[in-house]
Amino acid sequence: MALLEIDNLSVTFDGEDGPVHAVNDLSLSIDRGQTLGIVGESGSGKSQTAFAVMGLLAPNGRTSGSVRFDGQEILGIGHKGMNQLRARRIAMIFQDPMTSLNPYMRISDQMAEVLTLHKGMSKRDAVAESVRMLDAVRIPAASERIRLYPHEFSGGMRQRVMIAMSLLCRPDLLIADEPTTALDVTVQAQIMELLNDLQREFGMATVLITHDLGVVAGFCERVVVMYGGRVMEKAPVDPLFAQPTHPYTRGLLGAVPRVDDEDAIMTAIPGNPPNMAGAPEGCPFRPRCAYAALDCSVMPPLVSFDGDRARACHRPIAEVAA
Amino acid sequence: MVATTENNVATAQVTKGRSPWADARRRFFRNKAAVFGLLLLVIVTLFALFGGFLAQWSNEELDYNVMGQVAELGGPSIASGHYFGTDDLGRDLFARTVQGTQISLAVGVVGALIAIVVGTLYGATAGYVGGRVDGIMMRLVDILMAIPYMFVLILLLVMYGRSITMLFVGVGLISWMDMSRIVRGQTLSLKGREYVEAARATGVSAPVIILRHIVPNLAGVIIVYATLLVPLMILTESFISFLGLGVQEPLTSLGALIAEGAGTISYGTVWQLAFPLLFFVLTLFGFFFVGDGLRDALDPKDR
Amino acid sequence: MSTLLSVRDLRVTFPITRAGDMPWTAPRPLRAVNGVSFDLEPGQTLGVVGESGCGKSTMARGLINMVPATGQVLWEGKTDLIPLSPRAMKPYRAQIQMIFQDPLASLNPRMTVGRIIAEPLLTHRPDLSAEDRRKRVDAMMERVGLLPQMINRYPHEFSGGQCQRIGIARALVVEPKLLICDEPVSALDVSIQAQVVDLLKELQRDLGLAMIFIAHDLSVVKNISHDVMVLYLGRVMEKAPRRTLYADPQHPYTQALLSAVPVPDPVIERAKGIIPLDGDMPSPMAPPSGCVFRTRCPRAQADCAQIVPSVQGGDHVVACLHPGPVQEAETV
Repeated sequence: MALLEIDNLSVTFDGEDGPVHAVNDLSLSIDRGQTLGIVGESGSGKSQTAFAVMGLLAPNGRTSGSVRFDGQEILGIGHKGMNQLRARRIAMIFQDPMTSLNPYMRISDQMAEVLTLHKGMSKRDAVAESVRMLDAVRIPAASERIRLYPHEFSGGMRQRVMIAMSLLCRPDLLIADEPTTALDVTVQAQIMELLNDLQREFGMATVLITHDLGVVAGFCERVVVMYGGRVMEKAPVDPLFAQPTHPYTRGLLGAVPRVDDEDAIMTAIPGNPPNMAGAPEGCPFRPRCAYAALDCSVMPPLVSFDGDRARACHRPIAEVAA
Repeated sequence: MVATTENNVATAQVTKGRSPWADARRRFFRNKAAVFGLLLLVIVTLFALFGGFLAQWSNEELDYNVMGQVAELGGPSIASGHYFGTDDLGRDLFARTVQGTQISLAVGVVGALIAIVVGTLYGATAGYVGGRVDGIMMRLVDILMAIPYMFVLILLLVMYGRSITMLFVGVGLISWMDMSRIVRGQTLSLKGREYVEAARATGVSAPVIILRHIVPNLAGVIIVYATLLVPLMILTESFISFLGLGVQEPLTSLGALIAEGAGTISYGTVWQLAFPLLFFVLTLFGFFFVGDGLRDALDPKDR
Repeated sequence: MSTLLSVRDLRVTFPITRAGDMPWTAPRPLRAVNGVSFDLEPGQTLGVVGESGCGKSTMARGLINMVPATGQVLWEGKTDLIPLSPRAMKPYRAQIQMIFQDPLASLNPRMTVGRIIAEPLLTHRPDLSAEDRRKRVDAMMERVGLLPQMINRYPHEFSGGQCQRIGIARALVVEPKLLICDEPVSALDVSIQAQVVDLLKELQRDLGLAMIFIAHDLSVVKNISHDVMVLYLGRVMEKAPRRTLYADPQHPYTQALLSAVPVPDPVIERAKGIIPLDGDMPSPMAPPSGCVFRTRCPRAQADCAQIVPSVQGGDHVVACLHPGPVQEAETV
């Protein structure tokens, strides 16, 4: 049984100018210990998917479909049930760690609180465990630095603290929403390496939400590519990068600047990012797609092929991947 | 929210943009309390401007019929032409309320206008120029604010006599200081914005940057604060009038009328307090509702 | 052709007064830019790369007197811009324009696109009639790929990429010779970044623009630069023609930066080693002695603490006492 199973999830926001469909009909699943990347640009719905799973949508957001965690339906189970789940079994880290750290509390108190609250540990044990976890995320001199306040850490160190905090209760699932976007490249490399090691050590399933295909390539086993609130392509990481079958995936790969290849050039995808308020009928990528035809005004279904791959495109694979 | 136009629009017609002002107007008129407040203000303003035409009596005339028997005969009545009754001397309270509303509104609006012009320019200049100039300008405001203005105002009124001009001068002197502080603070944050930097990089001069890039983006804050400042000015004037130092007879203001009404309430002439107070409260409510509505409309971030 | 911009020993120092300092306490210096030198030829692009806090944006602002700087900034071999008064600087501001990181924030939300793009014209070409101005704005909008009929729209009605195009149009409407691009694509989606880079390259080719292109990593810069300069704590670490820098980096910091850029290819990305940098960047208030990079350098030796590496050299400048290709032991 999959650890997390999302079926036909839709997220709609009631905006000033009518409803905004942030996520449409999304289905995906992740097994225990697996790593899944959700890749997309702004407006792709990747973050709203995570918020919907965590029950953290803005008040004007509505969901439909089903999200099952460990066999149990968790979509709309309310704050109380979600709080239980959030702390112990599903953890989330964000782009800006300061949004989830209290600036007026010492790191030690914030971390220990999680353990005393959810695991019923004594304060002393909780602090000791917190220090061990800070060691695990390779914060030097953890036993001293745990007494500091969040602002006394650099951006990269703060993200490490966040990761340590999220792993305190040994969750089964970690959702990382753009964890390195705000960081410098050298720090990003460190954090991704750390996440890689921790994932192996703790064995939690991890969903990495990012716009960066490079980060996905190094970290994930499976990838979901989203655009305009819909899944464009799903595949294990190697075949996806070796032979992308969706025009958007191909375009995105071509647009990434590469430093490893002397002659690689960036190829732009023409047009503008999707405008969620007035999304066109059919495939959301249609206005920017080089392969678009009349039939694209009907959203193509997500069709499986090659066993564990799937794509949502009317054009045959041979035509797009040529 | 973002209304991105398709790039392949065939029409070569120049499309009109949706300005931030139009958006704000739309949000304002969707806010029921704000529209209600605006309606109140319109009614009060119409009353102040045109109420005089409806009055059967002037504000100075004494009605000898009711003199001495105000409590019995001076009550509100259509028949006698005293719609709101008379005051203690037998003068028509309707005419006097119209006249008082005029003065009160004028004091409030003039005070707010002075605050907008002086306070905005002073604050924006201090904030944008920064450094030592900012230090000196803001310390000056600190010093002025440390002076008990009510005391100075009363002193001025006592020394130079009670006149409307004096009242305007006094109210104007104090009203701009808070505004200049607010504007300076906002300017400091706007100064770091990239569009201001872009203008600086391209060589736009400081006064032009202040007028073209800073002030229009402060307009929201300024308008909201000014709307809330009007009732404060009215209150100040009322307080001064209540102390008996405000406008001079036969002119009057809502504050002065309320003071009189409160003084005579023990004789059973409730209307002498009730009508001025009603207009006073309506005006304040109107301004506060409108101010709140404007704040929500112009600053949609907290919603 | 003569060198367009010749920068020698540019320094920007901010006096920092801490809260609680007495008025007579001397403020401590924060050396944001510390002795940067380079030449820029017309029509060429210099890429400037460094992580946050390396002084790259401050350097750009120092060049055009937006922050007080010392050193020499020689424009077209004739005029030193540094000592110029604001009034004397004004004609040069038309020739050196700038675009910014946050496309939406760099546009005044209360002005229409037409007025935004026309502003530099109003400042530098007051002789133009309203009609001429309008014509130039229209032409410029078309040039950067915006529909001229959008001239009366407001910035919030455009996407990030379009806003950056507006910023570019505003910068180019006065026909500058140098365009300073301060992280112009960092805030944009990947698929849009390439559009903006392509547009800049095209404009450079057509208009003979020189550019200083600032970025926080080495990936985007590679597609647009002729020379690349790597900064760390306000100092130049390495500067070289693009091909040399990417194919044969000599400075350990450049090598670390290169190794950290993720590659969108699972096979390469999993196999590649990164050069880990220990700890955080030191505070520019208290930079390390000798080589400023030594505290995080995998190659640091005793002499690095004593000697400040020289930034001399020809085409390929390496400010390192122990330069050389990446060694096996440095990567993980």
